[in-house]
Amino acid sequence: MTKAKIDGEACKGCGLCVGACPKKIISLSKSKINRQGYFPAEITDIEACIGCALCAVMCPDVCIEVE
Amino acid sequence: MAVFHKTKDLTSKPFHYCPGCTHGIVHRLVAEAIEEFGVSEKTIGIAPVGCSVFAYDYFNFDMAEAAHGRAPAMATGIKRVHPDCLVFCYQGDGDLASIGTAETVHAACRGENITIIFINNGIYGMTGGQMAPTTIMGQKATTCPNGRSGINGYPIKICEMLATQEGTYYAERVSTHNVKQVLNAKRAIKKALKNQIDKKGFSIVEVLTNCPTNWHMSPQDSLKYIEEKVILYYPLGIFKDKDAEVKNA
Ligand SMILES: Cc1ncc(C[n+]2csc(CCOP(=O)(O)OP(=O)(O)O)c2C)c(N)n1
Ligand code: SF4
Ligand code: SF4
Ligand code: SF4
Repeated sequence: MTKAKIDGEACKGCGLCVGACPKKIISLSKSKINRQGYFPAEITDIEACIGCALCAVMCPDVCIEVE
Repeated sequence: MAVFHKTKDLTSKPFHYCPGCTHGIVHRLVAEAIEEFGVSEKTIGIAPVGCSVFAYDYFNFDMAEAAHGRAPAMATGIKRVHPDCLVFCYQGDGDLASIGTAETVHAACRGENITIIFINNGIYGMTGGQMAPTTIMGQKATTCPNGRSGINGYPIKICEMLATQEGTYYAERVSTHNVKQVLNAKRAIKKALKNQIDKKGFSIVEVLTNCPTNWHMSPQDSLKYIEEKVILYYPLGIFKDKDAEVKNA
C-alpha cells in the first residue's frame, strides 16, 4: 500500500501538511523536538493513510515522500 | 511505486527559509517542471537578492547570481549567447517590482525569450519586513506600521502592467495558499517554461506567497490571509496569452 513518510529531522513543524491531509491523520509532535528545535509532524494513524500525497504537495521543505 | 519523491533537480541542501514559507514550494515546482521537460542539463537559473538569494545552492542547475533586480538583464545576455539553453529568473517583489522594475519592463518590451518566476509576498522578507511596492492597502510593515495608506502610494500590479506590452507573450498570476492552487501554479510554471522551449517569447508567472515571519502570522493564518485578502487585490488568472490570441484570430 502507498503511504506517506515524513522526515522528522528535516521537518520545520510548520503544520501546512496538517491542514492539507484529507484524512486528518497528521499532527505536530507534543513530545519530540528534532535537532533543528522544531516539533516535527507525525502521522498518527498510518493505516488510514490513502497515499494521496496532498501533504507532500504543501510541504515547503520537501520532507515528505509517498511510496 | 513512488507517488511522490523529491526531484533530483533540487540539491540535498536544506532550505534556510522560515517554517511554512512557500518559497520552498515554488522552488520544488520549478525544479520538477524542468526535470519533467528533460532539459536539466541545459538550464541556467538566475537567483535574485532577497530571501531566495541562496537559490543557487538549492537548484541542481547551472546558476548565476544577479545584482539586486538585474536578473532579467542578466537572463537577456545569457539567453542571447546560449539560445539553446532554458534560462529562468527567480525573483521576489522587492527585487523585481522595485529596484528591478526597469529591467523587468524592458525585458518584456523587447520580447526576450526568457521565463520569470515572480514571488509576490508583499514585503521585503530578507531585510526584516519593510513595505514592498506590492504591499496591499492596509497591510502592516515596519515602514508603514499602521498599515499601508494613500501616502505610501498604491500597490503595483505587475501582470496587469506587463500584459499591456506587445513584447509580453504570457503573464499569469497563481497562488500557493492550498493544494489546488499549488497544483495550478505548477501548470502555469510549466507553460511559462514550455513557451521558452518553443521559442515563443517573454513569459512571467507571478506566484502569491506568504511571509509568516514578517506578516507576524502562523503559517496557516498566512495562507488564509492570501486567500481572504491578498487575492482581492491581486486576482488570479491569465492576463495575457498570445496562444489564445492566435486561436481566436
Ligand atoms: C543594491 C541593493 N539595494 C538594497 C539591498 C537591500 N535588500 C536586500 S533584499 C531586499 C528586498 C528583498 O525583498 P524581496 O525581493 O521582496 O524578497 P523576499 O526577501 O521577500 O523574498 C533589499 C531591499 C541590496 N541588497 N542591494
Ligand atoms: S498521503 Fe494523504 S492521507 Fe496520507 S498523510 Fe499525506 S495527505 Fe494524509
Ligand atoms: S509541511 Fe513539511 S515542514 Fe511543515 S510540518 Fe509538515 S512535514 Fe514538517
Ligand atoms: S522572511 Fe519571509 S520570505 Fe523570507 S524566508 Fe522567512 S517567511 Fe520566507
